[in-house]
Amino acid sequence: MAENLALEIRNVTKRFPGVIANDNVSFNLRKGEIHALLGENGAGKSTLMNVVYGLYAPDEGEFLVNGKKVEINGPHDAINYGIGMVHQHFMLVPVFSVTENMILGSEVTKGTSLDLKRARKEILEISEAYGLEVDPDAIVEDIPVGVQQRVEILKALYRKANILVLDEPTAVLTPQEAEDLFRVMRHLTEKGVSIIFITHKLKEILNVADRVTVMRRGKVVGHTTPAETDQQGLATMMVGRDVLLEVEKAPAQPKDVVLSVENLTIKDERNVSVVKDISFDVRAGEILGIAGVQGNGQTELAEAITGLRGIDAGEITLSGERIPFEKPRWLVEHGMGHVPEDRHKHGLVLPYDLADNMVLCTYYQKPFAGAFMVRNRDAIQKNADGLMERFDVRAPSTAVAASTLSGGNQQKVIVGREFSRPLKVLVANQPTRGLDVGSIEYIHKEIVKMRDEGVGVIVVSAELDEILSLADRIAVMFRGKIVTVIDAKDATREKLGLWMAGSNPDEE
Amino acid sequence: MDDQAEKEMSTSSGSWLGRLWRTIAVPLAAVLLAMLIGAILLAISGADPIKAYSALFDGAFGSMKAFGRTLAKATPLIFSGLAVAFAFKAGLFNIGAQGQLLFGALVSAVAGFMIHGLPPFLHATLALLIGASAGALYAAIPGALKAYTGAHEVITTIMLNYVAINITDYFADGPFKDTTGGNIVARTPEILDSARIPTIGNIPLGFVLAVLAAVVVWWLLWHTTLGFEIRTVGLSPHAAKYAGMKVAFTVILTMVISGFLAGAGGAIETQGIVGRYQPGFNAGLGFDGITIALLGKTHPFGIIPAALLIGAMKAGASTMQFDAGVAKEITDVIQALMLFFVTADMIVRKLIHARDDGGEKITLSGWGQQ
Amino acid sequence: MKNTNQLPTEVSPLQRFLKRWGWTLAMVLGVIGITIWQYQLNAQATEAVVASTIRQSTPLVLGALCGLLGERSAVINIGIEGQMLLGAFVGFLVNVWTGNLFLAVLAAVLTGAVMGLLLAYMSVTLKMDQIIGGTVINILALGLTGYFYQVGMVTQGKLQPIPLGPLANIPIIGPAIFNNPPITYATFVLVIVVHYVLFYTKWGLRTRAVGEHPRAADTLGVDVFKIRYVNVIMGGAIAGLAGAFLTLEAVGSFERAMTNGRGFVALAVMIFGKFTPLGAWGAALLFGFANAIQTQLQFADIQIPHQFIGMLPYLLTIIVLSGFVGRTRVPAADGVPYEKE
Repeated sequence: MAENLALEIRNVTKRFPGVIANDNVSFNLRKGEIHALLGENGAGKSTLMNVVYGLYAPDEGEFLVNGKKVEINGPHDAINYGIGMVHQHFMLVPVFSVTENMILGSEVTKGTSLDLKRARKEILEISEAYGLEVDPDAIVEDIPVGVQQRVEILKALYRKANILVLDEPTAVLTPQEAEDLFRVMRHLTEKGVSIIFITHKLKEILNVADRVTVMRRGKVVGHTTPAETDQQGLATMMVGRDVLLEVEKAPAQPKDVVLSVENLTIKDERNVSVVKDISFDVRAGEILGIAGVQGNGQTELAEAITGLRGIDAGEITLSGERIPFEKPRWLVEHGMGHVPEDRHKHGLVLPYDLADNMVLCTYYQKPFAGAFMVRNRDAIQKNADGLMERFDVRAPSTAVAASTLSGGNQQKVIVGREFSRPLKVLVANQPTRGLDVGSIEYIHKEIVKMRDEGVGVIVVSAELDEILSLADRIAVMFRGKIVTVIDAKDATREKLGLWMAGSNPDEE
Repeated sequence: MDDQAEKEMSTSSGSWLGRLWRTIAVPLAAVLLAMLIGAILLAISGADPIKAYSALFDGAFGSMKAFGRTLAKATPLIFSGLAVAFAFKAGLFNIGAQGQLLFGALVSAVAGFMIHGLPPFLHATLALLIGASAGALYAAIPGALKAYTGAHEVITTIMLNYVAINITDYFADGPFKDTTGGNIVARTPEILDSARIPTIGNIPLGFVLAVLAAVVVWWLLWHTTLGFEIRTVGLSPHAAKYAGMKVAFTVILTMVISGFLAGAGGAIETQGIVGRYQPGFNAGLGFDGITIALLGKTHPFGIIPAALLIGAMKAGASTMQFDAGVAKEITDVIQALMLFFVTADMIVRKLIHARDDGGEKITLSGWGQQ
Repeated sequence: MKNTNQLPTEVSPLQRFLKRWGWTLAMVLGVIGITIWQYQLNAQATEAVVASTIRQSTPLVLGALCGLLGERSAVINIGIEGQMLLGAFVGFLVNVWTGNLFLAVLAAVLTGAVMGLLLAYMSVTLKMDQIIGGTVINILALGLTGYFYQVGMVTQGKLQPIPLGPLANIPIIGPAIFNNPPITYATFVLVIVVHYVLFYTKWGLRTRAVGEHPRAADTLGVDVFKIRYVNVIMGGAIAGLAGAFLTLEAVGSFERAMTNGRGFVALAVMIFGKFTPLGAWGAALLFGFANAIQTQLQFADIQIPHQFIGMLPYLLTIIVLSGFVGRTRVPAADGVPYEKE
């Protein structure tokens, strides 16, 4: 039995200040299998793998590689034992070439100089051997995310990894690209590589995994195989209770157009057009979902609509009024709500307490400020108490810093602040990224409630499931253009996936 | 374990005395450590540290007159400390307080000797305001450069310090040179009595103004929407933009207010102490502001005791040099050590086993970030 | 896959080079042109200006090398001024005590390295704000040199020029380049060496990776802390050498605050030179040239108050910073302490 195991993790405990991220976790990986590690955001999957890879030092626990006990004191050791990891956020230096990224830390040299020629040749050899095509001379920031992921996998293989950890690898891929990745994964296992596949997507597990280990709140709560279970079963194991996989909502009752985007073009910092001549409308009482692989212009589009970014051509009207660009305050005063993509960068001032964060956009208005710019503490406090109660924010008090809250509660602070203003249009960009299922359900319900109250809602999400369950209409973005707008009733994962990859499913 | 941590947090944040202690423990320890190392340096260079320090203390607090001297020395320091600390709140490091202070000192001197026929109170107020405004205008330059071109204020303000030295030298040695009695020294004429800020008893009126300024700064930062905007821009410029604040404008305005404070410090030095502008008389006051701001934890009420401490060292330095034969530059070394220990607070915390006070950390922008 | 607009359009290497270096190149060529033209008119003054350009640029390029070693590994070094000043003072002191110039230079370099270590400790280990850390070094250096320097200390000689045979007799550049004291020669060599190390060696690749994406480097087994420590200490040593240049080669004695802002100007030189040693060299020569002209102007019979001429290099620095900061790519992780967990 033990000879079968490529990797064995015994009783790992890892504590961070205030939380136990891994509580006595054990896990094993057989040679040549794909072992899925399933759990909600924050369940401790990535922490466990970072411990295995030597990035975090465990407080307790031991590791066996190929049946032998080993000490892993850093990534260097992990690499030596044949462990390779593809992180959720790619570990690539954007301004380096593919070759430079591949050899970093394992450089080939001639005398004192780097031998880039030899390295290039080696990379081409490996790339051919595994059927993963890359251009060794391309600069990483210029290549698409799908190819960047290939570079990451090759990086591990270049270091002769036979245990490969893939952390949420499909988050940046279309369903079809994900299928390709699964084929590559199966191909790798045939060549003797064992794979740990971290995910919170149930369908993918049923599709590709040989075995499944489920984690919840830092603990292993069960093992299963795709043959023994189904999506509902996995979901229940992951969350610990029955979950609704679908959002309950009545059919939309769309009214007048509240937001209209016409011929919008945006260039980025490098003067490349990232949004190209886009036009669409949003009606009161409907949810428009914007789907697409990350990096196809959705972020820039949402930033332009919400006043965070200037544009190069086109116009946007809100209830018939042309909006000025890069004037978020005008938008606040004209009924635009915004749940930003990055809640730590834009949505919150982390060192501020909750009360201040809850008036971040309205601090200057009555009753929060009086004459001579004097702030009204009582009104600010009252507002905070009300929102805490209504939006179920779990925190010791409104006086704690926003940084001390969990992601779900931080997002509820933002949702509470934005949804409690009189709104005509709401832009929610990745509203549930990184949240636990309970918070996701809650925020989805609130978004639908806003729609039913007659707000025109735009939901931008890289999660197809989120788009499919929330949207009434779906626009797909590909390379800066909206390639289609379809009714949610007619949308399927497969169809959307093809649109997201730039092909037209109706032509095939 | 979680519960225990939480309980600990709630009890200590409940008692304001505990909170106060956690805030002042590190600066206090930093001061003591710096004095200790200063004593060792003194001993190495052959002086008697105890004799030196008691002479220093004597010169600063030994009599009412000495105490008055300490207050006078502390006055411009409170202003420059406030100037630096105020800019910190918006994430800006105003190393240029020195240059702004020079402009304040020069311009108030010019207003002090050129404007005739005003009643005393009015003349002094006017000269003070004009001087402070000169500092404000001068600080607007690096503010605008930062806001519109991204040029980092640390380098531009340092460069502008050198420029300020040159310009003020030029005026004091050229157009506004004092030519009475065949004077050849580069300096302006003496200001009129009506422009002087008096000392009442042993307490300089300027000191009272400095304390008032600290209260106003405190009120502005924590009780007005402008203060909220400034602090938001300092903690997270991106969130400030999201919240609809005018980030570029706030950066410039913060520099202007900071420069106003520094300029006021220079003006009060001219009108209350020196009585004219003379190059070299204000050297270092702006740089001391950095030490004072950090020693005072960038809080207006922390800056007053910090400035008094540095002021006392300046007031006592001459007595120490005279009585104990120690070069008064040792106080600069001690000051630098205080700055080091108070900023390297992790070392100090380890030494005195103090916990983190959880206060707002200062983060300044680098070259690349906006 | 039909639409490839998002990829940047192809540019030839020459175009890319011109886009990146065009302005610098044009200015350098312009300066060379003017110099040759001036040489026809007044050979002696021109040779003096060229030699003075090299002299003035030496501490700047050394300071810039110090800065860019740190920043390429993501440590902002605003304490170059202090590292230079303390290096200059200790070098001077050792020269006063021993009269041995070699020991004096060594002491200056070591002092700089120790100050580099202090900065690395504050910014890498203590994770202090790096700009405040650098300011601490500057104020510390001012205080220490102010206290320990006593007027009346006398040095025993300074480093003398070593002409390199017939090369020293070439017009214009001969006296300026091939007849210099040792630290100036060392500077020429250092620029080349640092450039080679940064862009052609394993260490350089790792340094740049740590400056751009330290976590990526960490996941590949690169010791981020070690890379930063070594680069900042080496940088400090180079700043110490710049200090030695001031007291042991250029002036021959010490004065309080004698660095006069050169450490900060060096930062502008570094940015102007796009964080590359060769670029910094070009930028330093430009600044040196401005300084040299300034000296000539002061001697010439022109009615400009000396204070206005004196502030030229500082104004030039501000202009350079305002014009180029936004357009120069700064290492992505610059100024950000690395947290392992």
